[in-house]
Amino acid sequence: MDRGESPAAFGALRVKALESLLVAKGLVDPAAVDALIDTYEHKVGPRNGARVVARAWSDPGYKRRLLTDANAALAELGYGGLQGEDMVVVENTAEVHNLVVCTLCSCYPWPVLGLPPVWYKSAPYRSRAVIDPRGVLSEFGLTIDEDVEVRVWDSTAELRYLVLPERPAGTDGWNEERLASLVTRDAMIGVANIATPGPGDHA
Amino acid sequence: MNGVHDMGGMHGMGAIKRDKNEPVFHARWESRAYGVTRAMGGWRLWNLDASRFQRELIAPVDFFQMSYYERWIAALVELMLKNKLVTRAEVESGRPDAGAPVRTPTFTAEKVPALISKGSSARRDIAAAPGYRVGQRVRARNINPVGHTRLPRYARGKAGTVDRDHGVFVFPDKNALRGLIGCRHRGHRLHPAKFSR
Repeated sequence: MDRGESPAAFGALRVKALESLLVAKGLVDPAAVDALIDTYEHKVGPRNGARVVARAWSDPGYKRRLLTDANAALAELGYGGLQGEDMVVVENTAEVHNLVVCTLCSCYPWPVLGLPPVWYKSAPYRSRAVIDPRGVLSEFGLTIDEDVEVRVWDSTAELRYLVLPERPAGTDGWNEERLASLVTRDAMIGVANIATPGPGDHA
Repeated sequence: MNGVHDMGGMHGMGAIKRDKNEPVFHARWESRAYGVTRAMGGWRLWNLDASRFQRELIAPVDFFQMSYYERWIAALVELMLKNKLVTRAEVESGRPDAGAPVRTPTFTAEKVPALISKGSSARRDIAAAPGYRVGQRVRARNINPVGHTRLPRYARGKAGTVDRDHGVFVFPDKNALRGLIGCRHRGHRLHPAKFSR
């Protein structure tokens, strides 16, 4: 069974020793390692994707560009690059629900979602998403009507997928910032929908 | 290769375990494993496909005993050994061998922002033979290559429909061998295909 990311003393010691070795041999600049980590811990994450979704919900022209030439549309908001060099955005509608997986490894659109959660990289999700997507979705508490087509996008080529979730009812007149506050990482992977906000939801 | 990494369609892997408010890294060593692996990629001695293939080569019994970043580190060590960047003795001791040369890292902190914002597209802007028509019926090959492939077992032999034409991209099956056997390859047309159950 996949142990996920459980902290392993073996891993910790081994990585520490390996990094010291590589620094001593002049193969690694530890400041570069710090900068890489800082980027994904503090700068790049699913709030980027949420801004994209909120813009698409607010601006039909932007949404059209996003669905036809995702790279250019994402670049308009300043997003692109490592592990999102070639992006495809797929739209959830009343007829189609999209779900993203990488059955072979852990491909994920870093510029808009950051690094993937453990469950996305885990054997249970990767194994069943392609043979029982509705069952997988029900584990996430999401039931998709039988007459809605479920499309599973397996990131086996160098394309990274982002799901454009459906805009929930009850958000007429909301500005982009407020809309973005509703958008979750899971909805942009396709394992969740975005609920109609209750009276207490605001941003 | 038909390895355990090719998980699509397998049973028995258990329930999907989720962690509310999961941190980006679960321990400091995971973040260092991530950063060191990326930084070593800066020497450009192996590409992404070769890294993936190296992780696929981890024996199944070990694969499932290891966490995600433990696999990254295990594969990184093998790639560094193959490329003679480190010796087995150095990996075991954590110290450079006596008289080992000291290099100067080429991938420095100043290069991080450009790496993140540009990345490295697998797209190849070259002319390639016309591919398939969108909407054309195709059948995935039923093959069992011993090397790297991005054709998962669950799709092999299945009939599908060409969904899009993305132009020309690297062909990972060949790209994974670059550097190992000096294989040069230009690119193939990339068409996602849609398979129905």
